[in-house]
Amino acid sequence: MGLFNRTPKNLPDYWIRYADLFKESTSKNFSDLVFVVLDTETTGFSFEDDRILSIGAVKIKKETISVQEVFDIYLEQEKFNKETVHVHGLLKNGQRECISEVLALEKFLEYVGNAIIVAHHAGFDMGMLNTALERNGLSKLKNTVLDTGVIYKKTLIKSYLVQPKSNYTLDELAEKFSISRKDRHTALGDAYITAVAFLKIISRLKEKKDFSLKYLLR
Amino acid sequence: MKNLISERVADFIKHYPPFNVLDSKSLFQLAEQVLIVYKEKNSIIFNVDEPQHSHFYLVHKGAVTLNNPSTSNILDYCDEGDIFGLRPLFANENYKLEARAHEECILYGIPIDIFKPIAKKNEQVTIFLMESFASNTRNPYAKSQKGQLFDNEGEEEEEVNKEVVLPDLQLASYSKKLVTCSTRTTIKKAADIMSKKKIGSILVTSKDLPVGIITDKDFRNKVISGEQPITASVKSIMTTPVITYPKNLTITQAQMAMMKSNISHLIITEDGTPNSSALGILSKHDVMVSLGDNPAVLVKAIKRTSRIKKIKQIRKSVMVLLSGYLEQNIPLGLIAKIIAELNDTCIKQVVEISIAKMDAPPPVKFAWLALGSQGRSEQLLHTDQDNALVFEDVPEEDLPKTTTYFLELSKLITKGLNTIGYEYCPADMMASNPQWCLSLQEWKSKLSYWIGNPGPNEVLMSSIFFDYSLAYGERRLLDSMSDHIFRTVEKYPIFLVHLAKGALQSPSPTGFFRQFVVEQDGQHKDFFDLKSRALRPLIDAARVLILSHSVKAISNTWERYEKLAELEPNNQELYLACSYATKALLKFRTRQGLANHDSGRFIELEQLTKQEKMKLKRTFKAIKEIQELITLRFKVTNILG
Repeated sequence: MGLFNRTPKNLPDYWIRYADLFKESTSKNFSDLVFVVLDTETTGFSFEDDRILSIGAVKIKKETISVQEVFDIYLEQEKFNKETVHVHGLLKNGQRECISEVLALEKFLEYVGNAIIVAHHAGFDMGMLNTALERNGLSKLKNTVLDTGVIYKKTLIKSYLVQPKSNYTLDELAEKFSISRKDRHTALGDAYITAVAFLKIISRLKEKKDFSLKYLLR
Repeated sequence: MKNLISERVADFIKHYPPFNVLDSKSLFQLAEQVLIVYKEKNSIIFNVDEPQHSHFYLVHKGAVTLNNPSTSNILDYCDEGDIFGLRPLFANENYKLEARAHEECILYGIPIDIFKPIAKKNEQVTIFLMESFASNTRNPYAKSQKGQLFDNEGEEEEEVNKEVVLPDLQLASYSKKLVTCSTRTTIKKAADIMSKKKIGSILVTSKDLPVGIITDKDFRNKVISGEQPITASVKSIMTTPVITYPKNLTITQAQMAMMKSNISHLIITEDGTPNSSALGILSKHDVMVSLGDNPAVLVKAIKRTSRIKKIKQIRKSVMVLLSGYLEQNIPLGLIAKIIAELNDTCIKQVVEISIAKMDAPPPVKFAWLALGSQGRSEQLLHTDQDNALVFEDVPEEDLPKTTTYFLELSKLITKGLNTIGYEYCPADMMASNPQWCLSLQEWKSKLSYWIGNPGPNEVLMSSIFFDYSLAYGERRLLDSMSDHIFRTVEKYPIFLVHLAKGALQSPSPTGFFRQFVVEQDGQHKDFFDLKSRALRPLIDAARVLILSHSVKAISNTWERYEKLAELEPNNQELYLACSYATKALLKFRTRQGLANHDSGRFIELEQLTKQEKMKLKRTFKAIKEIQELITLRFKVTNILG
């Protein structure tokens, strides 16, 4: 693949446009920030061997999600792992219109821009996306990333009795915040649940005295 | 582009008018353009005189109030599925009211440019909108007003300025299940029917027209007194003529009618006169439920419901009741008792509904404990839920199974409590946490550990368990826990010192120059923290003092001080001052909380009058003195200094 034969000079235009966005300074005001909340469905858990089946994302601007502006794409597969199909219900060449990996990435970069990426257990989704980018001769994503699994824990009061669990699943968050689990295990459905959870977490954290983007990243 | 989210939106809005009459094509066309808006509690959606948004709103989750900020009247309350902010878009004018998130909300913003053409095409939608505008409410009742809605776009509608206050426009709901008898029925027969149907009144009809009514009172006054034999016809004792009204009468109208004629039942007839057949009966009880200004009626209403969502509605009336009591300056001790009773009833009902939802009845007896402010009967506003569950000891092999059952039940209950307005406890001190849902034996060993190893955390944990009350279930289990606590405390007297130290840790309310100490930073910068600087020191002090006297079964703070005053006559004055201060502060907090629709914990000092500030400061004197007393009595400084 094109991992080594592409020098930074021959990066495609869409990458350059994407990278250029990060040269501008962004607003310091938290309420002006744009968030892209995403989820990927994959054939498995290996960054190297498994592939992204679909990417779903919603954009939050000023605590508002526009239904028109959601991101929902399905990728063509060469590799096909039977075992994960029952989780996602995504069959290879199913009814959904699928596009190539490189086109999906191009569309995604265009969609995400320099927004702050939010995902539940973001490490996994970022790993899958970055591996896919590198496979196609591009570099890793430049965006700031927030993990709802991590920032949720900041809402909990630390007490002797209750050690926060090291890990909260998206289902647990949905339960805590009374979010309907409809469309769970589709990329866009999970992205939406994560988005609502994210908004609710933020509103609870805003009361903290040193609340800022920096605080969330700590 | 049709996608999962738009399907989700469409799936929700199709259940609510006016969208329920749309065909699926229009529905999806709308849903694809919707904005999903998140609003924090108390945030403004639009202000008075704000220019139109490009969207009107449908409440998906949460609740929104429409207010007139100049009179601070709530004019409308929008729940899930209700629309608001539509009229100004049709009338082409700025918003006339303020919309504010009453709870944390998710709203669907529906674009007016897409909605308008769809509405114009669909006659039913047009009718719905016209009716809702004409009646000045979301739910249209006034069918008489008809007009050309779309042709006079841009023209000022005079209606808009008309202001309607809630109870006036709320329609009285009457009972449609009529029980009747004819004029020739015997008194005995009528009484039999009434006992069988468990009702307090029966309508007497002649040729299908209502002619009279008999109530329990008539039997007492005219039959049991011997005036009429039970074999006589009902005609001899009925109250006649009946007072009739057409349907769609409002609560206020109904109330006035009853007062005017000094009666307790109104008959609803087709045309509102006694010359048409009866449709239903409206009793004083129905009116009271709708008004919600009577705790007994509310308790009855809570007990009757089988749906948790319904309880949430009733709790709204509880808040109305509360603010009424405060306005009338009813003693706070009394208010707290009534509200605690109502809260208890709500919790009990939630527990009962939750048990019914489980597949099997509870395997052994259990108790649901209210902790914290609810446990002390000091909870007036909605706060976080703090609770725990204890169940009877079971053989060891059954323990995992039993624990699983009660955890499952606790999850249902905490979820139900969340639905009716209790936030989840951020420290997870709830029975749904496996560490707060234990058998009696497990609780006992946990409590022993806390009391025997009193680090600061253990003191905090066990202090919670000195302020608890039974919310549901077996009192025996709770008593057994209390006994255990007291026995263990006797063995470890040093525990009281730790508890006393904990009671002195709250930050001081006033600084060196007797000025208020306000928060230095954070969201509440420059606000005064009433809870941790004023109330908590009093609550903590009362707890350790009452424990040192081994008095149990009093968990309420001011009652504890009253008891202390009785036990230590030499300190009587101080204790009574503390009792008074606790009540005054709680009242203060509740007023603030109701006014700002929050927990009332943080107070903006600038909003207080001089008199209120003086009042607050007077309570601080008591705080200072009680803390000095504790320092001396438990020799806190010597041991832990």
